[in-house]
Amino acid sequence: MAATILKQGKVLIASIQAALSDRELIELRDAFADRVGRFRSHGVIVDVTALDVLDSFATRTLRDIAYTAKLRGATAVVVGIQPEVAFAMVQLGLSLDGIATALDLEEGMALLAGIEEDDPRAR
Amino acid sequence: MTPVQDEVQVAVESESDIVTARQRVRAMAAALGFSSTDQTLIALAVSEIARNIVSYATRGVVTLSEVTEGGRTGILVVAHDDGPGIADVGLAMRDGYSTARSLGMGLPGAKRVTDEFEIDSAPGRGTTIRMTKWRP
Repeated sequence: MAATILKQGKVLIASIQAALSDRELIELRDAFADRVGRFRSHGVIVDVTALDVLDSFATRTLRDIAYTAKLRGATAVVVGIQPEVAFAMVQLGLSLDGIATALDLEEGMALLAGIEEDDPRAR
Repeated sequence: MTPVQDEVQVAVESESDIVTARQRVRAMAAALGFSSTDQTLIALAVSEIARNIVSYATRGVVTLSEVTEGGRTGILVVAHDDGPGIADVGLAMRDGYSTARSLGMGLPGAKRVTDEFEIDSAPGRGTTIRMTKWRP
């Protein structure tokens, strides 16, 4: 798979290295759902910096990942949407409503750290 | 509209071909000097119509060609399949309508991000989509 999931403390990070097929996106979604439970993660980050297109299927799968994570008690953040990709998504009418986003991995980690500070589970 | 050079054909038979189709059209758009924003838009449109082939018709062909008209240059994308066809094209072009549990943004979205868009489909006759993006 062109995506690897790393664990850093209470956060899972998926870094996508190359264009993913639909099947690989589904595998990523399922791997996340499993690992959030196994590692008792509070946050998941999907880094899409390397993706040059986010089409309707990819958008739907990112939403699925975020909602599944939420139902499993974790916050999902999508990071690294490139400017042309963002513009194209807006033109096509694709949205990630209700899903946290951040400019890059660093900002995404900072966002989750902020949420974690207010989280009684972290104390 | 006149074709300029040999066309590129991409057989679309599995979901990995969707990735191939959008990479090919992006490469063609880059070679023709489209901006990176337009490259992304046309790659996105091709991704959506190629996925429609895989979702509804199982297999088909996406043909990419460079075209000129009145001194301007563009890319013509023709997607053809011999699948079941679309019973109600008007409905299929509506935002949010889908029979495949998808977002229903594919066809109307592809139309929005291209300059010309035609769809020819009827039950039992397959579907042909022609779309053109002109270089500004």
